[in-house]
Amino acid sequence: VATLVYVEHHEGEPVKGSLGVLGKAAELGDDVAAVLLGSGVEGMAEGLGRHGAHRVLVADDPALEAPLPQPRVDVLAKLVESEGFGTVLFGASVLAADVAAALSARLDAGLNWDLVDLRLEDGRLVGKRPALGDSVLVDVGWKGEPRLALVRSGTFDPVESGGSAAVSKVPVEVQDWSRQAAMIEQAHEESQGPSIEDADVIVAGGRGLGQAENFSLVEDLAKALGGAVAATRAVVDAGWYPYATQVGQTGKTVAPKLYIACGISGAIQHKVGMQGAGTIVAINKDPNAPIFEYSDLAVVGDVHEIVPKLTQLVREKKGS
Amino acid sequence: VKITVCLKEVPDASAPKRIDPQTFRLDRSVAGALNDFDTHALEEGLRLKEKGGDGEVVAVLMGPERASDSLRRALAIGADRAVHVADEGLAGSDLVATSKALAKALEKEDADLVLFGQQAADSDGAVLWAAVADRLRLPVVSQAASLELDGGKVRIKRQTEYGYDVIEAPLPCVVAVSDAINEPRYPSLKGIMGAKKKPQETVSLSDLGLGTADAGERGSRTEVYALAEPESRGESVRIEDDGGNAADKIVEYLAGKKLL
Repeated sequence: VATLVYVEHHEGEPVKGSLGVLGKAAELGDDVAAVLLGSGVEGMAEGLGRHGAHRVLVADDPALEAPLPQPRVDVLAKLVESEGFGTVLFGASVLAADVAAALSARLDAGLNWDLVDLRLEDGRLVGKRPALGDSVLVDVGWKGEPRLALVRSGTFDPVESGGSAAVSKVPVEVQDWSRQAAMIEQAHEESQGPSIEDADVIVAGGRGLGQAENFSLVEDLAKALGGAVAATRAVVDAGWYPYATQVGQTGKTVAPKLYIACGISGAIQHKVGMQGAGTIVAINKDPNAPIFEYSDLAVVGDVHEIVPKLTQLVREKKGS
Repeated sequence: VKITVCLKEVPDASAPKRIDPQTFRLDRSVAGALNDFDTHALEEGLRLKEKGGDGEVVAVLMGPERASDSLRRALAIGADRAVHVADEGLAGSDLVATSKALAKALEKEDADLVLFGQQAADSDGAVLWAAVADRLRLPVVSQAASLELDGGKVRIKRQTEYGYDVIEAPLPCVVAVSDAINEPRYPSLKGIMGAKKKPQETVSLSDLGLGTADAGERGSRTEVYALAEPESRGESVRIEDDGGNAADKIVEYLAGKKLL
């Protein structure tokens, strides 16, 4: 059965998550097609052969320039139906999740999301999905084809297979109602600010800090530890701290030796950005906070009291 | 402006959660609560209505009968009316089946704006709005960090992996809001008392023109095969800050791990 891998790209480069999924697809099957949707994207096509694609389908059209889901769904639905793809795989992203979900409705095709593994069991595709705050692993499957899957970000690393791919163009027909949303201003990577990706120690703040001014508590502790400051999406969205410091699914992925989470509840979107940390310390006043499920040291208490004391103690210890 | 807000009841955060090893469904016999993420969508709907001066906010929830408590809470918080999509045939619905039933219910409401919260706290699903929007053939924008109505249009600032996009779409439109978009209000005593008098409607599969083959496990295209325990991260230590010595204990722990 042929597999189609949706390859997302940003500023002329395929994203790592998509390439990782492409490599996994190649490991599972022998007819793997990658699809590139966008405007002026053909240049990326050939390179996908090196990451596991046997063929690359290119949908190149100005209607696909903005990273909006609905025009992509129109193209993919036609493609899956006309070529009879049995499986369509996506590396999770804001855009990919919307594309995959809409495609699921359009084709009445099953979608399993947040997968951390895919395998074949007697020819049957089985996905692994962590559930209930990752406390259970669920083996999930599909009742029929096409089978749609969203893979959790950071799950598979890209593989360089040295292969090559045949490139072909696919027709682009976009329905009127799919064109209604318009991109007025598109995000570009912010480059200012220190990078948190190389830090050995990260102190991160979340909504539990109460207000933007209280980020100074986090900054002081980070300084005392010689580490960097990070933030959750909630506080970045709220304008408390710059986007460049955001850890999580729509931010940076970090793997410091020590990660101290202050007032962070720890939703899955945050977890995927920091679960690679060596030691995770979480301070939160809510004893049911999901972050405690995956912390090495869970501290139930008020960040406003604990963090300044901790900063003081660290300073004393380092001074001695 | 007429706004429908889609809500879900999830197991209460403090209740022990488990998946039934026989049915592979989430055990919903524990105490339920209105999905916290959805309260941000409700709040945004109420604010838009208040800003516009008039309109209607309709809470729409799909779930078992007992989930009407969560709808009542939405009415107490400020929704004008509630629609409960409830039918035994809906149990075990996956994305395909859920989006089909919900889209039918929303189609009947024919609102200017359909709001969702950013995810379901129980399934970690963040997919329903795009599926529903496709069935309704409406534009969809997710991850909204701010939202403005301007005449017949909605202007949304939303976060992606690369920063913030600004997207504009005509009404009617489907929008999923982030949990940073606002601070949801709590129900007032007056709201709680008044909730009982607000119109509440229950709709079944047949009311929506759907049959049992469209819903529940029969209408679903995904299935669950098995459950397993994940590999543990190793021993986790938990301390409570009673007596105010948590900071000392943290330092002790970090020193023990040679992280200080």
